[in-house]
Amino acid sequence: MNRDKSKKSNLFFSIIERITPIIAIIGALFIGSIVILLMGEDPIQVYKMMFGLAIGNRDGWGNVLFRATPLIFTGLAVAFAFRCGLFNIGGEGQVYVGAFLAAYIGFTFAKLPAILLIPITIAASALGGALWAALPGFLKAKKGIHEVIITIMMNWIATSLTFYLVLVYKAPPTEEMRLAGVPQMIPHTSEIAEAARLPRIAPLLSKINISFPSHNPLNISFFLAIIVAILVYYILWKTSLGYEIRAVGYNSAAAEYAGISIAKNIILAMMISGALAGLVGTNEVMGYKFRWRQELFLGLGFNGIAVALLGKNHPLGVVLAAILFGTLSYGGALVNIYTAGKIPRELIMVIQAVIVILVVISDEIIKRLILRRKTE
Amino acid sequence: MKFYFKNIIILLLITILLFPLVAMNGFAQSDLTVGLVFDIGGKGDKSFNDSASRGLGWAAQDFGIKRIELEPGADADREVNVRNLASIGYNLIIGVGFLFEDSIGPASDDFPNTKFAIVDGIVLGKPNVTSLSFAEHEGSFLVGMIAGLKALQDGKDTVGYVGGMNVPLIQKFEAGYKAGVKYAYPDCKILSAYAGDTPTAFADPVKGKELALSQYDNGAYVIYHASGLTGAGVYEAAKERKRYVIGVDSNQNYLGHIEETGENFGLTSMLKQVDVSVYLTIKSILEGTFEPGIRLFDLATTVVINDVEYNGVGYALDNYNKDLITDEMIQKVEEAKAKIIKGEIEVPHEI
Repeated sequence: MNRDKSKKSNLFFSIIERITPIIAIIGALFIGSIVILLMGEDPIQVYKMMFGLAIGNRDGWGNVLFRATPLIFTGLAVAFAFRCGLFNIGGEGQVYVGAFLAAYIGFTFAKLPAILLIPITIAASALGGALWAALPGFLKAKKGIHEVIITIMMNWIATSLTFYLVLVYKAPPTEEMRLAGVPQMIPHTSEIAEAARLPRIAPLLSKINISFPSHNPLNISFFLAIIVAILVYYILWKTSLGYEIRAVGYNSAAAEYAGISIAKNIILAMMISGALAGLVGTNEVMGYKFRWRQELFLGLGFNGIAVALLGKNHPLGVVLAAILFGTLSYGGALVNIYTAGKIPRELIMVIQAVIVILVVISDEIIKRLILRRKTE
Repeated sequence: MKFYFKNIIILLLITILLFPLVAMNGFAQSDLTVGLVFDIGGKGDKSFNDSASRGLGWAAQDFGIKRIELEPGADADREVNVRNLASIGYNLIIGVGFLFEDSIGPASDDFPNTKFAIVDGIVLGKPNVTSLSFAEHEGSFLVGMIAGLKALQDGKDTVGYVGGMNVPLIQKFEAGYKAGVKYAYPDCKILSAYAGDTPTAFADPVKGKELALSQYDNGAYVIYHASGLTGAGVYEAAKERKRYVIGVDSNQNYLGHIEETGENFGLTSMLKQVDVSVYLTIKSILEGTFEPGIRLFDLATTVVINDVEYNGVGYALDNYNKDLITDEMIQKVEEAKAKIIKGEIEVPHEI
């Protein structure tokens, strides 16, 4: 009788634990609506407009998924490292370096055919991120230096390094600029070769007679992100490598006792995490602006932490959370326009921040409740 | 007699025909809708973005246009803002900052009936885009001369420069400034520093103060900042060390005023008349004289708006700095200005 009851309550808690993100989202939208009320607008109208514009039509969906793509990569990066007990907050730097390497390969080996150049460029973006994350992994594994400190420091190094490289490989003025006698002002690299570009979704859909706005930036790197998410799931839960990584994350002492090398797994987990972050280059460089420019990546690494948190460090959760963040980001930008600036896009930042806070709080509450029940 | 009468009739006819045009310029409410999208730093930087917003404000007052001001967040927001404003039906969309080049460029093809303007950026070969460009190096040359002359007058040997983001556009300010200092005071030493490599370097007053304090402590007598919101820190440092500072884009002289003592440390400001360019672009659409291509605003540009004369770029004189700058200094600067306009002095735009 007693056992039955505790079983029932355990099930109850495990369900609650899984749906905390949903509770957090509802709570955040509620708090957001108080903010909207304080601004003197109708929250229901604003939310209706936000979601209606963002996911009520094809152009909106395209933009939402386009914005979700880099967040899937950075979210997976954080989640993967977290499964090994590592908190990788260096996503920002890994994104910069990975994407820069992709751009560099893209405009340097312009003569290669697409069938070679696209895979090489994708590999380069992953490699850049992996190498940038390898050092913090190595220092953590061999010297015990905390990865949070190192990765955040590495962000600044990446910022300055890539900026230096941008000035070295700066785009030359266009033909029109040369004729007009004006220099190139924007600090970005030359465009990558046509053969290195990922196709956009719009022309592909028009081939099968689905109308989709041609200017929409959604490109096939979204599908790459989905494939990578499935791959991450497979590695973590279906391979011995994933088992080792999770074992180290769950209880490193026990893992070591069982003969698992902590150092090897920490370095590997960091490198895979960095590679995932670096893949952002496929969306922003190979599929969107075709060049490296710092503004394209600002904040993606850090938002990845929020996405991983909301997605409970599970690939499926990360994909869903990234799509939610993409919706908020795109919907927020549109609400700002359609209300003639009355609702500032900062509202979205408020909602995002509240979501993250509520997820953390509700997780903690549930954990304590479970603990109390167990000690009883 | 008959001849005289005929003339009067013609004159009357001309007046009647011209009347709607005149009326439209001055008083009539117009249906024009203008969307303005800001650069990094946003509204309230007391510098670059505020200058653009001011120009829009003038136009709203004079022509009664409908306006909207937006601040983009992520990089992709720029194109989203520009495209959506166009699809809602805004007649003119102004992008403030060179980062709009690759969002206004493609959007202008899809919305041929919408007019676009880009401040600082260059979008060419589109019939509906005008690129508003400024000779910042020329204005910086003049304030550089003022800095040099001030240091010379007070027997100091060093001046400083604090830039925002280290990009070619901001280096243009530095190049002009250095040339101006050297022109007025060949032996003067010039310290130079940038707040950073990222766009946040335009919105980092703490870093601005740190750089300015270090330059003042290394002997700089005057510091010229070209750093947007970061410059707020430079002003703080100037008031703390009681040295001079030169503002940028808008007239920032008042920022160097200390209320308690009545002292002024805002030596002058380099004016980059983004407000004038925005106003003129709106006016040109109302008058049907909109022209695509580059529109350059330099020292030679002279515009009168509401009885005030403006140049494309220049230096600020007002009540806050009238006691800091002597007539002799103004005379020398004006002489150089005339020479630049004539082409006798060529101001470099690269360091």
